[in-house]
Amino acid sequence: MAVRIQDLVQPLEATVLVPGDMGREIHGGYCGDLLSDCIANAVEGSVWVTVQSHPNIIAVAVLVGIPCVVIVNNYDVDEQTLARAQNEGITVLRTPLSAFEAVSRLASLGIPGKKRRES
Amino acid sequence: MTDEKPLIELERKIEGGDFQSAGDVSSELKRILQQIGFPPSFSRRVVIAAYEAEMNVVIHAWRGVFRAWIFPRYVHIEVDDEGPGIPDLELAFQEGYSTAPPHIREMGFGAGYGLSNMKKCSDRLEIDTRVGEGTKVTMDFFVRDV
Ligand SMILES: Nc1ncnc2c1ncn2[C@@H]1O[C@H](COP(=O)(O)OP(=O)(O)OP(=O)(O)O)[C@@H](O)[C@H]1O
Ligand SMILES: [Mg+2]
Repeated sequence: MAVRIQDLVQPLEATVLVPGDMGREIHGGYCGDLLSDCIANAVEGSVWVTVQSHPNIIAVAVLVGIPCVVIVNNYDVDEQTLARAQNEGITVLRTPLSAFEAVSRLASLGIPGKKRRES
Repeated sequence: MTDEKPLIELERKIEGGDFQSAGDVSSELKRILQQIGFPPSFSRRVVIAAYEAEMNVVIHAWRGVFRAWIFPRYVHIEVDDEGPGIPDLELAFQEGYSTAPPHIREMGFGAGYGLSNMKKCSDRLEIDTRVGEGTKVTMDFFVRDV
């Protein structure tokens, strides 16, 4: 069964900061805070779990094709990050959970931790 | 480059330290490549390398110009900056090597993977750098038949 962005909100106890397209299917997950690593290894269509909340994460999400970013530990999120996400149609969720707990809950929804294969 | 006429030429300025619009040029390039209909794996390689080159200007240099020439089966990119230059290129290419200051690392930059990402993603990479003057990155990407 396909997992959609809307299905992530409750398990993550998340606040929806920017809705984006809540009906989008999620095909994988990536967790990490280094932008170069995300851009090299995250797979298109993944949910991205991170502590980063500055506007450049949205640029990275657009480039990778990540439709949903989850900011953990209830970190504050810059206004510009939200504005940029709004423009790009990217969902931003904020959760009080730690990155570890967030990933564990996403995994129990059946989301695989895909890594990109070099084309 | 070839004598062939490009489908599109793109030229954009990049400001050092401007994290607000950092990534915009690469995003614009991604849209153009998608509209032309390049294979997604090809667009992705180009866009990753473009992003790393763009971010290196934002993080390490003062200002720069990003230029792309898009041909039907080939993309050529030049990113030319005014900045501190790179004193030891071999060292700079080592994964994990970075001179990014702590406040930049806190943002998740400065992992030291940018140059090696660029090398992996491009079919040809050339770096011309002069300490105290600037750096020019030239990259070529060819659509490979699958
Ligand atoms: N355009 C540039 N001008 C000056 N120095 C540069 C430039 N590009 C790279 N460098 C130097 O080379 C080092 C390695 O670059 P690289 O892109 O691999 O890593 P980084 O930018 O430090 O981190 P990351 O790209 O992972 O965020 C940089 O830390 C910097 O010292
Ligand atoms: Mg870099």
